[in-house]
Amino acid sequence: MKRRFDFAKYAPIFALIILFILSSFASPYFLKVRNLTNILRQSSYTGIIGLGMTFVIISGGIDLSVGSMVAFVGGIVILVLNYFGGGPLAITWAIIAGLGLGLIAGAFNGLIVTKGKVAPFIATLGTMSIFRSLTLYISNAGEFRSVSDIYPIIGSGYFLSVPIPVWVFFIMAVIFHILLNNTRYGRYVCAVGANEKVAVYSAIKIDWVKLMTYALTGLSVAVTSIMLSSRLNSLSSSNAGVFYELDAIAAVVIGGTSLSGGSGTIMGSVIGAIILGMINNMLNMVGVSPYLQGTVKGFVIIFAVLVQYKRKNN
Amino acid sequence: MGDPVLAAAAMIKEFSGVRVLDDINLEVSGGEIFGIIGENGAGKSTLIKIFSGIYQATSGELFLEGQKVEIKSPIVAKKLGISTVPQEFNLIGTLSVFENIFLGSELRKHLLLDKTSMKRRTIELLQELNSKFSPDALVDSLSVAQKQIVEIAKALVHDSKILIMDEPTAVLTKEEANILFSRMQSLKDKGVSILFISHKLKEIREICDRVMILRDGRQISIDRTGEIDEHEMAHRMVGRQLTQIFPPKTIGREEPALEVKSIEVSDSVHDVTFRLAKGEVLGIAGLMGSGQTELAEAIMGIGKIEAGELFIQGRQVNIRSPRHAVHEKIAYLSDDRQGKGILLNFDVPSNITLISLKDYAKILINKVKEYKSAQDYRERFSIRAASLAYELQYLSGGNQQKVYLSKWMDTHPEVLILNEPTRGIDVNAKSEIYHFVQSLAVSGIACLVISSELEEIVGLCSRVLVMRSGRITGELIGDDINEETIMLYAVGLQDTRNKDGATIQ
Repeated sequence: MKRRFDFAKYAPIFALIILFILSSFASPYFLKVRNLTNILRQSSYTGIIGLGMTFVIISGGIDLSVGSMVAFVGGIVILVLNYFGGGPLAITWAIIAGLGLGLIAGAFNGLIVTKGKVAPFIATLGTMSIFRSLTLYISNAGEFRSVSDIYPIIGSGYFLSVPIPVWVFFIMAVIFHILLNNTRYGRYVCAVGANEKVAVYSAIKIDWVKLMTYALTGLSVAVTSIMLSSRLNSLSSSNAGVFYELDAIAAVVIGGTSLSGGSGTIMGSVIGAIILGMINNMLNMVGVSPYLQGTVKGFVIIFAVLVQYKRKNN
Repeated sequence: MGDPVLAAAAMIKEFSGVRVLDDINLEVSGGEIFGIIGENGAGKSTLIKIFSGIYQATSGELFLEGQKVEIKSPIVAKKLGISTVPQEFNLIGTLSVFENIFLGSELRKHLLLDKTSMKRRTIELLQELNSKFSPDALVDSLSVAQKQIVEIAKALVHDSKILIMDEPTAVLTKEEANILFSRMQSLKDKGVSILFISHKLKEIREICDRVMILRDGRQISIDRTGEIDEHEMAHRMVGRQLTQIFPPKTIGREEPALEVKSIEVSDSVHDVTFRLAKGEVLGIAGLMGSGQTELAEAIMGIGKIEAGELFIQGRQVNIRSPRHAVHEKIAYLSDDRQGKGILLNFDVPSNITLISLKDYAKILINKVKEYKSAQDYRERFSIRAASLAYELQYLSGGNQQKVYLSKWMDTHPEVLILNEPTRGIDVNAKSEIYHFVQSLAVSGIACLVISSELEEIVGLCSRVLVMRSGRITGELIGDDINEETIMLYAVGLQDTRNKDGATIQ
């Protein structure tokens, strides 16, 4: 019995390797440690959001509001930080407030989708507008500036020569991986995405399962907000998080998770995020106009979906 | 009969090196009804998928009216005059009946759709099929039997030379099936050849001219239906003598497991009262769509019970959700295995443990325990899968059904409701399911079997309720449990429960 090697399953990791080799030829600076850690740091912001997004997409939903939510939560984090004076205790409060707000904002999305029975695309399109508008209003369309001297340590610091956001990204990836593959909740998420009706008849509380996927995404958005705002020690109300929803969804899709739900992997989404980061980095180094980078990204996403489609039909 | 309209010579089909069809040779004449039977996985579906252009044969030749042809796609098949009524419905629920019938071959008046003509033609087709629903009705609003009619109309709208029907009667009542047969007869008289697949051997004898028996991808025999009896067909299908399809019946115990009193579900169930004892196999017979499914789902907490009372083990309960029903130790195998029962992209263990997952996980799922449990069920219910890691979509219908049964048995139910438990599965797997149900009853589980297959009700149940239009019209025991008597109640010619308000106990 012949057994064909399932290329499509390993496509993301192959793409990553090929891209790595190409990039190292394209520019002598690519392989510099500083550059590589920089790619990982850049990938971690949308990568962390991609972790939560993986759950949402597997359950059959989508969350377009994450970009605006980054600005909204990040802005509030800085306001809380400043309110408490910017010391270590203030940072603790700001982080707690940020994570809490992320959870609530995500759960709000989840409530509209489950209790309100609004299609996820529309529900989160609405909250995308709401979160951005609130952020602009609070800051009067300006910048949130932190008064703390030590807050930037989180976003800019290193631990064992690896940037802290990258550590956070990888540790969260491990936790989310276990959550998806080894817990009841993860199994239910896949079941709901695979066939919602079967899940209902199997006595699964599908509303709760779905709501939690959005809450988890809100939580990961909050982590990204903290990493991003502490890196810059400020946050622009109009620019922060713009197009993050695109990058997060792209990372998940490039990683092989089907947009129609039912199955997917955290590992794939992590690789997907790094692939996107590497593409950006390479395009920068070979001098491609930043305005064209979106075009390349767009083609990569379409290609990833095409590969998935082929896989399904074989 | 004239020259063969359709012929296959030395046809072989392999999937990644595995031979699923081996050396098939057949000739079908104009105006012949040609039956194809075999167990699930014998290769019937693969064979007709080659004829309808979905699969390509690995080797061998196909002839249409003496000409060698290659059927490269379903579109080519349609052009060549081959239409298929598929086993699983291929309809779009949000479109109307006529839009479905003309899907892909819409009639046009210049650039615009000619809806008037399409509707007129649809009404004609439906009339020919003795059906009276509106061409504007949404397919989602139709009953299963009506959807089947739409599928057939869809195949008939093209002037086909060859019509392939894959288990068209699986979801039909006897009357509906008879109407279908008379339709087939008139198509036959017009010279249309029909390839007819069914698990119901009696039908094959009734309607087909010849019958081909497949086993493990090989063609065992082709006979005129007058020259082979049902017993011999079944024997050749399984390759051994079928000892007994139905196990001996058991009588229930005294203690009631489930009691239903005057239950009402809007528009579908009216004043239903019955009592199901431990260890009993109680049947609910009736034409499809008489409220059986709604009754079962109401008990499971899916539909809303508007009035009436429910008692489980003597306690009155008000079931609010499937979760609550599971907690009360009720299990429900629905009639829609793939739509409501199993997850096709999950492997065997994760399907089996989906409801009972709590037993396998404190925080993390114990996958070893899960696998072992699946292994036990594989032995207990003889689930045939090369590996438990296979996704369910690669298992045959009968094995899917056994996984579905395992899934519910893993919740350790005391009341087991089975809705059409053997729909679309082969005679061997059917018999296995019957024996499992009987042994579960012997172990004290109360079983409620809902079925529109009278043979199944008669062979399996020690007591039978007949439903008609949402009401129970009769209760039968002993020798009264026979197909004729059940039909009298099912079609409304007899009613011992509602006339004069009398209720027999």
